[in-house]
Amino acid sequence: MLRRLPPSATHLLAALAGLVLLVLLTFLTDPFTNLRIATVGYYLIAVAGLALLTGFNGQISLGHGAFMFIGAYTVALLVLRVPALPIWVDLLLAAVAGGLAGLLAGAAAARLRGPYLAGATLALAVGLPAVTQRFPDLLAGSNGLSFTVNSQPAALSAVPATRWQAWIVWLAVLLALVVLANLARGRLGRTLRAVRDDEVAASLAGIHVGRTKILAFLVSSACGGLAGGLQAFLLGTAAPGSFTPALSLSLLAALVLGGLGSLWGALWGAIALVYVQVWTDDLAELFSLRSNLSDNLPLALYGVVLIVIVLAFPAGIQGGLHKVWTRVRRPAPSHRGEQ
Amino acid sequence: MTTFLNLTVAGLSSGAVYAALGLSLVIIYRATRVVNFAQPALALISGYLAYSVTKSTGSYWLGFAVAIVAGTLLGVAVERLLIRPLRNAGELSAIIVTLGLLLVLQAVAGMIWSNEPHAFSYAFDFRGRFAASDLFAVLAVIGTAAGVLLLFKFTSLGLRLRAAAFNPEVARLLGVRVGLMLTIGWGLAAAVGSLAGMLAIPPFISPTVLDEVFVYALTAAVLGGLDNPLGTIVGGLAVGIGLSYVSGLLGPELVPLAALAILVAVLAIRPTGLFGRATARRA
Repeated sequence: MLRRLPPSATHLLAALAGLVLLVLLTFLTDPFTNLRIATVGYYLIAVAGLALLTGFNGQISLGHGAFMFIGAYTVALLVLRVPALPIWVDLLLAAVAGGLAGLLAGAAAARLRGPYLAGATLALAVGLPAVTQRFPDLLAGSNGLSFTVNSQPAALSAVPATRWQAWIVWLAVLLALVVLANLARGRLGRTLRAVRDDEVAASLAGIHVGRTKILAFLVSSACGGLAGGLQAFLLGTAAPGSFTPALSLSLLAALVLGGLGSLWGALWGAIALVYVQVWTDDLAELFSLRSNLSDNLPLALYGVVLIVIVLAFPAGIQGGLHKVWTRVRRPAPSHRGEQ
Repeated sequence: MTTFLNLTVAGLSSGAVYAALGLSLVIIYRATRVVNFAQPALALISGYLAYSVTKSTGSYWLGFAVAIVAGTLLGVAVERLLIRPLRNAGELSAIIVTLGLLLVLQAVAGMIWSNEPHAFSYAFDFRGRFAASDLFAVLAVIGTAAGVLLLFKFTSLGLRLRAAAFNPEVARLLGVRVGLMLTIGWGLAAAVGSLAGMLAIPPFISPTVLDEVFVYALTAAVLGGLDNPLGTIVGGLAVGIGLSYVSGLLGPELVPLAALAILVAVLAIRPTGLFGRATARRA
């Protein structure tokens, strides 16, 4: 029956189902786990944005943490300076701020490719958090801003804070994912892939290559801004130390692990991003590892993941699942479905 | 006026370091069309080895020698184990693998030597304007760069290295051992990178100490066109002096963003770098 519906309606229904599942899940889990579920949510939207840029459009970004930085500080500043605004406006503006920054970055990046683009975006990730030192009065230097979001509606006052926050995060994330899925499925998605596969052919087919690349950057960094805004909302802080180049690289690692070419891959990647951290913490406690080891274990794992996946499993988790799924559904000829 | 002079001189010595690290990127890019994002991590590991050796033996120069040798071996190992299997994969694959290596090596450094900074000594006295250590940095880099250029231009090894990078198929037909040449290229580059690390790391070593330096070195290499060693040396010195002005006149926290601005401005005007040829990027 779902097949008859237009894809946008399918995406919306899937998102609704996802939200219902999630709300049910948060009733079963403790506050600590709820916080982790919410964390998976904001990483998911950041990685999904990166999937659109790097996976669909072939532009590599090593600076996506910078857009999360912008989103987080937007929410922090709005909560502190304009407390009257409702949180959903703050989050929307975080996405807008990230998108605007991405528009600038994309305009600069449209002429770059491969190692040149990677270098420029890495410079963004290294350079931007230092801006907080430049404006210590506004951005509070390296300590960062901390604040409390008092936006829990009275009707929900009986619900524990972490559960309620997880709902907000996932509501925003699923809405953004519906938009992304529609874009990826529709005309823009085809254009992005055409530019990725062959720029010359794409421009001969009447596609404006530069504009497409900038648009990919805009959408993708708006997702990054939203992710950063959600992180700030959840943690009540925005500090430069959380937006190191290592964050940008681990977002990329999550994307590559999940599978470059699909939004589902972003989900597996985001789960891995959160649970690699959780498992290494557990492991460290279990074997009482020295902090030298346990602090660096997640980064080492992300690095190993990047290397192993590229060398041995280029399609990532989603690619593997897809292969299994098509084999189950259609045993005979190999079939490459829509990604 | 004296501030201006001081900034210029300070920029010259840091620029020499960017030029050296940039040179190591260029040597690799010429040979294998890969930008080695793990280069700062290779230099970092050799820096930490130098730190340990110097600490246990008390000899700076023994540590220095260990760093260069270890760097070379690391470069060779990376080419053989990670880059060679990617010969026919896309540009993105090589970038991602070297980034993965960067994360692994930084994490390993943190595991062994901890994330806390340790004191790391200069080769010579560093006090005052253009101190002995600055002079050493500039001379060491100029000497190394000259050595590399002479090697490429005037020796038979250099000819084979260039042939293997320029046209592997023809070179192989003419009896050049292309695989060996690529490995030598990576080893040579990593040695130069380790030298740059030894000069850039003081006064403190920590796993992320070379992140910013790498961005500046990359800016220098891109300015040079990624396949032009001489252009990279000039680019490195120009970036060093330019960033020194930014640091002194506007504030040190803006230096990485200024590097980004230089990178974007140059590439917007000349997408293949100031000294790059138009074909450089297509390969």
